[in-house]
Amino acid sequence: MQTEIIVAGFGGQGVLFAGQLLSYAAMDEGKEVTWIPSYGPEMRGGTANCTVIISDEEIGSPIVRNPMAAIAMNLPSLDKYESLLKPGGVMVVNSSIIEREVTRTDIKVVRVPGNDIAERIADKRMTNMVLLGALLANLPVLPIEAVEKALKDHLPERHHRLLPSNYQALREGASYIAQPVA
Amino acid sequence: MARELLKGNEAVAEAAIRAGAVAYFGYPITPQTELLEHMSKRMPELGRAFVQAESELGAVNMVYGAACTGRRVITSSSSPGSSLMMEGFSYMAGTEVPAVFVDVMRGGPGLGNIQPSQADYNQIVHGGGHGDYTPIVLAPASVQESIDLTVLAFDLAEKYRSLVVILTDGSIGQMMEPAELPPMAPINNETPEWAVDGNMVGRERRFLSSIYLDPPAEEVTNFRLQRRWQEICANEVRYKEYYMDDAEYAVVGFGSAARAALSAVRAARAEGIKIGLLRPITVAPFPTKVLDDLSRRMKGLLVVEMNSGQMLEDVRLATSGRIPIEFYGRMGGVMLLPDEVLAEIHALATGPLTTEGHPRDRWLARMAGKN
Repeated sequence: MQTEIIVAGFGGQGVLFAGQLLSYAAMDEGKEVTWIPSYGPEMRGGTANCTVIISDEEIGSPIVRNPMAAIAMNLPSLDKYESLLKPGGVMVVNSSIIEREVTRTDIKVVRVPGNDIAERIADKRMTNMVLLGALLANLPVLPIEAVEKALKDHLPERHHRLLPSNYQALREGASYIAQPVA
Repeated sequence: MARELLKGNEAVAEAAIRAGAVAYFGYPITPQTELLEHMSKRMPELGRAFVQAESELGAVNMVYGAACTGRRVITSSSSPGSSLMMEGFSYMAGTEVPAVFVDVMRGGPGLGNIQPSQADYNQIVHGGGHGDYTPIVLAPASVQESIDLTVLAFDLAEKYRSLVVILTDGSIGQMMEPAELPPMAPINNETPEWAVDGNMVGRERRFLSSIYLDPPAEEVTNFRLQRRWQEICANEVRYKEYYMDDAEYAVVGFGSAARAALSAVRAARAEGIKIGLLRPITVAPFPTKVLDDLSRRMKGLLVVEMNSGQMLEDVRLATSGRIPIEFYGRMGGVMLLPDEVLAEIHALATGPLTTEGHPRDRWLARMAGKN
């Protein structure tokens, strides 16, 4: 059993870090995990993304054509991954900056105003945490507590004053639950 | 030690440090640069040598010099940079000095791009520098294996006074996986009996060179290299098998391609197809005997690579036309995906299979119109 997750957005939105955090949490939970970034010239200006695969056994390919879930932090990411998700998969949409609706009806869609929530809590740089929280609430891959613990254990000590607002961002994101797939 | 989440390139660098590397010489190139960057931070911290040379040619010749002292030395690069180092590798082979080289392959030929590829297989395994020599070539498929093989590389280099290459790619170099690093090994500061140390007091002069102007003397050296290679082939073949116990078909692939293949083999197994995976870990020496054996009891083989079928030729040589072989590859920095390999497995398992013609010709015909 493996779960493939894409985190995608503009460079600077914390896409790679959100994926790494998920990977730390998976590792600490005793899972196998791979994190692989896009590292081409498209990172400048276009979409940056990473693929995280979490599994109970040795992981084969670190990339897949059809992932189980995606966090789209911007419109190009939604455009790229909406058609690729597996049926029954989860699409987390940053509705603060993505206006269009998702057209597929065979996937779970979670529309979360990530930027707005993050700015209200502390800083728009926590948008990635809000959306990660929303993903975890809709995808049974890891408990949200595992990600909170990973933040505490792997974030450098000097950033620990930011932990409470990060936890709040994760929790508020997790309050968004998708309608079941028809 | 606990598992850490490590990036492939950094894990190789740290593994080399823990294996006792005293010197690193290199030049930055994507997708290998994190390896050099890690070395630039850690080596001075530990009082060891780090030099960012003026070019790959400078770096490889610094490695050559350091290797002549018998100390543990390493360099790394990616495809275009590796090409520049080939002259130095040949000189090291001719001088019979140990060194470790990491090639994080990217798309080519030429400047190509910075995405993962396996197109340097022939260069590293069969060619590269001029003259009659073969380096030991290790092909990791994960971050943990990158660490383990880096440690092994130093041991093998010393044992056989040979160049050992870690043949990896941008995908394994850039990915992060949980892995465990070895403890820090003590540095061995003893000078081997063949090495130079600038101090010949109380012993005979030692002279290291790749120049043998007298052909019969050069031939003696060549025979020594060949007999050493024979010994390496007899003792150092490594590979891993997956789902092979009751397999009727097998996929053969190394490194990243084998990972895509593993996903595909699992999917095929779930459909009831009796297929396994053979993953060479040493691509030189190549697991020839294992393939010879498979060719006598399997129904067919599928070779997958991120190149045009370079290892395929070694598989064909090892199986001597006894078994039908198909090939599937992607090139130019395009990653192999599991669903493509699965489609090839379906074709293999439903036939028709043949030992006639060349698998590459059939692959090229199948790819027509798809790219």
